[in-house]
Amino acid sequence: MKRLAQHALFWPCTTLLLLLVVCAVFNPAFLGVAWQGGHLYGNLVDILNRAAPLMVVSMGMTLVIAVRGLDISVGAVVAIAATVAALMIGGSFSAGGEVASRFPLWLALATALGVAAACGLWNGLLVVKAGMQPIVATLILMVAGRGIAQLLTGGQIITVYYAPFYTLGNGFLLGVPVALWIAAALWAVLHLVLSRSALGLFIRAIGGNPEAARVAGVRSSAITLCVYTFCGLAAGVAGLIISSNVKSADANNAGQLLELDAILAVTLGGTALTGGRFTLAGTIIGALIIQTLTSMIYSLGVPPEVNLVVKAALVFAVMLLQSAGFRALVMRVARNPRPGAT
Amino acid sequence: MSDAAIVLRARDISRAFPGVQALSGVELTLRAGEVHALMGQNGAGKSTLIKVLTGVQAPDTGSIELLGQPVTPRSPLHAQELGISAVHQESHLLPNLSVAENICAGRYPRRPWLRGGGIDWRETNKRARELLAGLGIELDVAQLAGGLPAAVQQLATVARAVATDARVLILDEPTSSLDAEEVKALFALIRRLRDKGVAILFVTHFLDQVYEVCDRITVLRNGKFVGEYACGKLDARGLVAAMVGRELVNAGRPAAHAPADTGGAPAVLAARGISRRGQLKPMDIELRAGEVLGLAGLLGSGRTELARLLFALDARDSGELSVDGKPAKIDQPADALQLGLGFCPEDRKESGIVAELSVRENIALALQARMGLGKFLKPAEQGALAEKLVAALGVKTASIETPIAQLSGGNQQKAIIARWLATNPRVLILDEPTRGIDIAAKQELMNEVLQLANAGTAVLFISAEIEEVVRLSDRIMVLRDRAKAGELPRGADEDAVYSMISMISSAPA
Amino acid sequence: MNRRLLPLGVTMLLFVGMAVFGAIRYDGFLSPQVFLNLLIDNAFLCVVAVGMTFVILSGGIDLSVGAVIALTTMISAALLEAGWNPYASMAMVLVLGALFGAAQGFLIQRFALAPFIVTLAGMFLARGCCYLISTESIAINDATYASIAQARIPVGFDASLTVGAVIALLVVLAGMRIAHASEFGRTVYAIGGGESSARLMGLPVASAKIGVYLLSGFCAALGGVVMTFYMLSGYSLHAVGLELDAIAAVVIGGTLLAGGVGYVAGTLFGVLILGIIQTLIAFDGTLSSWWTKIVVGALLLLFCLLQRLFEGRSRKAA
Repeated sequence: MKRLAQHALFWPCTTLLLLLVVCAVFNPAFLGVAWQGGHLYGNLVDILNRAAPLMVVSMGMTLVIAVRGLDISVGAVVAIAATVAALMIGGSFSAGGEVASRFPLWLALATALGVAAACGLWNGLLVVKAGMQPIVATLILMVAGRGIAQLLTGGQIITVYYAPFYTLGNGFLLGVPVALWIAAALWAVLHLVLSRSALGLFIRAIGGNPEAARVAGVRSSAITLCVYTFCGLAAGVAGLIISSNVKSADANNAGQLLELDAILAVTLGGTALTGGRFTLAGTIIGALIIQTLTSMIYSLGVPPEVNLVVKAALVFAVMLLQSAGFRALVMRVARNPRPGAT
Repeated sequence: MSDAAIVLRARDISRAFPGVQALSGVELTLRAGEVHALMGQNGAGKSTLIKVLTGVQAPDTGSIELLGQPVTPRSPLHAQELGISAVHQESHLLPNLSVAENICAGRYPRRPWLRGGGIDWRETNKRARELLAGLGIELDVAQLAGGLPAAVQQLATVARAVATDARVLILDEPTSSLDAEEVKALFALIRRLRDKGVAILFVTHFLDQVYEVCDRITVLRNGKFVGEYACGKLDARGLVAAMVGRELVNAGRPAAHAPADTGGAPAVLAARGISRRGQLKPMDIELRAGEVLGLAGLLGSGRTELARLLFALDARDSGELSVDGKPAKIDQPADALQLGLGFCPEDRKESGIVAELSVRENIALALQARMGLGKFLKPAEQGALAEKLVAALGVKTASIETPIAQLSGGNQQKAIIARWLATNPRVLILDEPTRGIDIAAKQELMNEVLQLANAGTAVLFISAEIEEVVRLSDRIMVLRDRAKAGELPRGADEDAVYSMISMISSAPA
Repeated sequence: MNRRLLPLGVTMLLFVGMAVFGAIRYDGFLSPQVFLNLLIDNAFLCVVAVGMTFVILSGGIDLSVGAVIALTTMISAALLEAGWNPYASMAMVLVLGALFGAAQGFLIQRFALAPFIVTLAGMFLARGCCYLISTESIAINDATYASIAQARIPVGFDASLTVGAVIALLVVLAGMRIAHASEFGRTVYAIGGGESSARLMGLPVASAKIGVYLLSGFCAALGGVVMTFYMLSGYSLHAVGLELDAIAAVVIGGTLLAGGVGYVAGTLFGVLILGIIQTLIAFDGTLSSWWTKIVVGALLLLFCLLQRLFEGRSRKAA
């Protein structure tokens, strides 16, 4: 049992299970999964579906954090990607119900992803070539990026009428939400690449000791650039899923606070903010925890505003648990419960 | 001086950390107007003792008496108030504040209430100027400390430490980044303080400095108190014996190393006119296969800078590099690695080991980096490689999966060397590979270096210990003040090296 | 001495340059009231930015200030609705803001947690509390507040300042004094220069670290009070993204993000520059207001790159 408890994924899994149990206790039908309308249906399916964009962004964020970086612009990139796609698809509602897309769908999607990746590359260049602190470098895009997105949309919410676009966020494949397939595919690809190539080792080395990695001949600059670019790309994918889900691009609100959720998911999953070791599986679970939390609050009838306070409490709890000083304090108090004794 | 008043007496000091007894039953006696050396190998407990005296750590047992009164320093600030001041190894001035502010920080003179009650800057500058003058230092106190050379900052740090009417001044390795002139200036300051009656505790690993400025020596070994000696009564040999715990067997000449016969082949690595502004003046260097080139010079002469430029860790401002006679493009360490170069850095903690990774991963890192992302060393292959090298170099580790941070300094160093050996380098640059390693491990490492050279690798060997350089090298290149002073052939002795270092340059710098 | 003032000089030059540009291009741009409006419209930002200056000088960052402003307005509105005396409620929110900041500072200092994450969670918490009080905006109908909001202090030339603007100026002056002439202020600079060195020197690093966040929380609350004069309402969506504007003002004002270097006076100019950008865009009429964000982002980029250049060159010279 102790060996199990020391496994890296123990705490994230336990937290998730606990949350699900609480949900089930208050709402016995919560855990039910049925087959309806040609696909899986139920609260759990819903959680997985809604968590998909967050999972995707968080995977990108995990790698950035692993190389001792940070990307707080992902929310803005989501907005930009959604905007680009929506503008390129365009199309308008006609009486006959026939809607054509301004550009081929694949081109619109590819361009949006390309722009998103370019945003990631921009961040990477600022960090690697200009040597800026990651918070500051990505802060710039966070501030300016939303402005750019809003400029493109003229401040309006662009509605997308082109039905094929909706499958990303609303469709089902073999009964499972498409968004979930996308997240799963991304995870599978990452997992393969990280375990079957030296990339995982290089990332851990760069994050563990950037100077030592450089001396050892690891191409730190190139790898860091790739990691940031990938993070931008992941944000782009999430942006497409999100805008497909709501069938529109809202430059103001799309991806709002997403960066904070992503960082929280990464931390909950067990990856330390100091870089080095990372766990993608932990991040996935972290994203699920956040989504389950949101659903739980909703299903319990608690006002959704409580969500923020609970997230805050979670972040504090995880941070403290990850802090050696706090753990030492708890140990000391646990050993000497008498007041006044050191 | 043995009847001088006892200022500080520490008795039976013990301190344990999880897994290691850093100090046990240590005693220390400091007398007024005396410079007392604290000596011991790495891990002997010197830093821990200083932390106890300055209130950074509390001892598990033992007592400290200052001027006959028992005291328990609770923090550096408290220790200062008691009269125990320290200049730590990592003590730096705050570069963004003025010299005067650095000296008076925390003890600013204030304006009277009626005039605002704020800090009186004019008085601050005046006080700092007077303090420095009293110690024989002339300085513009209003300038930012960051603009001063390191040695001057060091003097100012000492000035700050004594500004509090300290009775005890602890200097922890104060000369490690000073050149000969600067050491003289520091010693002059120390003597002036000593004459004022301050009790000075001087921690250093430079034997000659101990005999130059100290009156007494306390030796620690493995956390235990070995003895207190008067400088006049203990010679260097005896001192080393006390520190190491056994008579130093004269290492003698190592296994016969056949002088390299390059047969006229072009140098494996050659640099012409390599320089970097503010760090290294333009110079040439050639590394030949099977040859150990020793790089000698005082601290600050540019040895590490040259090594870093060769390996492209720092960008060079001028100079051409060539490999096997053909011009080579080496702009980043990865390029150097591709061409068969290897670099073992001076500071293994900062630039060598990746603490979280296992021994296996650390050893395989450079080789994998050279193979790039295209080819993959599977964990099993990494393991086989690591096992082989660990055995060959005698790295003491529970297993190759142990996080490298858990190994001792010497074994970490061996693991880093193993990392580079794994790449079968044509050129290996070793920057202070034996620093901070106990004598036994040093011997093993030096033998390893020779074996490498015998096998055909070109080795650049940098060490602050001239004696080591002289013993190992086929050729010695001497640096002075960031320029090349000259070259010496095999067989040159330490005196020849020192002469070349201290030669007054007739050519304009 | 002059080299230290260079970043501040650059900022002031930029401000003057923009003002001149505006004066040439648009009529009435440099009219005294338009000028003072720069400060009036951004008074709460100015107050918050002064607190942020200290945090950044110490090498930290505070992302919770926007949320604390909103929370302050909410609590003020709620207290006033419950019948509290206006001055008592002002005092209350100031105390709460200071306590909030101190709590964050305590976690950062005691457990060595990253300021970014602690204040991020603090931001979540404060906004969440706003929503808990009310999701709708609460109007403030108190007579004292109304009269303060409408009060105008004439300064000649047919122009006048609001109470909020005066408060902002006083805060800047107080900030300058603290930074230059108090032990706390100098300790903050010391921490920015090298925390471990400062600690070894025996400086009161622990209390200063908690102090900067307390100060930032207090300034955020004070900024919130100023905002209530401006908006006469409490609303959870007030000041969204304000922390980024505050950071931008501090950086553009010449303070290094790494800490240790910078002046409070610079922050004032940073705020004025942000104000001038908005005014320029408003005067232009054809540009949409989102250009503000883009220009701010571009300026931030420029200044950060300049800072890197500055650091790089001084490191080579040393």
